[in-house]
Amino acid sequence: MTESTTATISQSGLAEAVFEESGQNVNLCYQCMKCAAGCPISYAMDYKPAQLIHALRLGMDDLVLNSKTMWLCAACETCTTRCPQEVDVAKVMDAVKIIAVRRGIKPAIREVGCFNRAALANIKKMGRMYEVGMIVGLKMRTLALFKDMKLGMKMFMKGKLKLLPSFTGARRTWRIFQRVKTIEKKD
Amino acid sequence: MTAKYAYYPGCSLHSTGSEYDVSFRAVCKKLGISIDEIKGWICCGTSPAHSSSKLLSLALPFENLCLAEAMGLKDVVAPCASCFARLKTAAYEAKEDPKIAEQISEALDKPLPKGMNVVSPLEIFCNRPDISKAPTTPLPGLKVACYYGCLLTRPSKIMQFDECEYPMAMDTILRDMGITTLDWSYKTECCGGALAMTRTDVVIKLTHDILEEAKAVGANAIAVACPLCHVNLDTRQEEVEAEYGVKYDLPVFYFTELMALALGVRADELGLQKHFVSTETLLSGV
Ligand code: SF4
Ligand code: SF4
Repeated sequence: MTESTTATISQSGLAEAVFEESGQNVNLCYQCMKCAAGCPISYAMDYKPAQLIHALRLGMDDLVLNSKTMWLCAACETCTTRCPQEVDVAKVMDAVKIIAVRRGIKPAIREVGCFNRAALANIKKMGRMYEVGMIVGLKMRTLALFKDMKLGMKMFMKGKLKLLPSFTGARRTWRIFQRVKTIEKKD
Repeated sequence: MTAKYAYYPGCSLHSTGSEYDVSFRAVCKKLGISIDEIKGWICCGTSPAHSSSKLLSLALPFENLCLAEAMGLKDVVAPCASCFARLKTAAYEAKEDPKIAEQISEALDKPLPKGMNVVSPLEIFCNRPDISKAPTTPLPGLKVACYYGCLLTRPSKIMQFDECEYPMAMDTILRDMGITTLDWSYKTECCGGALAMTRTDVVIKLTHDILEEAKAVGANAIAVACPLCHVNLDTRQEEVEAEYGVKYDLPVFYFTELMALALGVRADELGLQKHFVSTETLLSGV
């Protein structure tokens, strides 16, 4: 078990913001590299998870906030599960994304930011994910109009895509989104 | 004792993963397990929610737990691994942190139910001692690699499900059904699910590695318990083959489809024709 001494947070503004957002203290990290070794996506990242954690500790806030790493993270939770210091690395990834967006920093992997926004807009309006609508929303945002066109057509032919949206719970969901926004503003 | 489960299908099981819904229902019917779909359920928010707002990512799943409780049910079954993880995380975080519980309750404008129990179908079937007596149709030709993916077992602190690096629940169930399953080292590797629509290049690589390993240990089919894994392994298999110049022809089944077949449900009742990689040749040989 890790004894978390929450009083000793680093000087870095971002590390502290991450702590506020996620309850994760990156100063517990002793750079064993297990998170980097197990991360299936680290090959495509500009900084491996352990490096991102270290950069946070060193106060390299700009580097972290503009990194591709957290936007490529697939939230597979391998790092979180294996960290001997019980740093929830996946939660840190989420926290850095949330803070970056809050500070108006454009996601280094643009499509992922677009996807998140398109998906949430879809859920907010519909209550349930309506894939066809979400895909259209994503294409409008990324302008990658023909990406996966063939695949989409085939899925459609196989009856894998729902033609009509369901609006079950749409109003309730919309209200949850609104209330969450109000509570977060208050905080 | 016949427990009744509140059934949370989630968005995928109503669309791209409808075969999972059909086969899960069929297996429950055969085994006499009673499930009741949650009325008015909403999306759990999945990755886009937890990447954007912690509170939203907990409030959306919790709304569904509230609906289940309103039906008088405490046990909630969620077949989609991603929904399962989100529902379970919401219940866990609310229990651990009274402040966040209060905020969730405020966001939903109602009190939160306590003691909700979220399970995966794997847990339900695994805990049935009578299950090995149930199969009626042998499937001797199958050699199945069980692919659990990320979110069924991780993070282990929250999921509390099976052995997190090398789970056996699916293997045990399918073996009880008389189906051969294989040992292999990619059971819980990630297929890149969350990046499916954005960074297809990453998904193609990760999916390739999984298919390659399954083939290498001699599997002629893969079993999954997640609609996102199914999309990547089945729907994109042809793309992987084209990209790497290989041929796998590995049918990808939901584990419930294999159970249903072993329990005597006909293939055409299960919607197997919706799969991209044909299951016909394999199943006609068994
Ligand atoms: S696994 Fe934990 S301790 Fe090791 S490098 Fe990663 S964050 Fe640091
Ligand atoms: S959760 Fe993200 S950072 Fe951690 S191992 Fe998975 S992809 Fe890598």
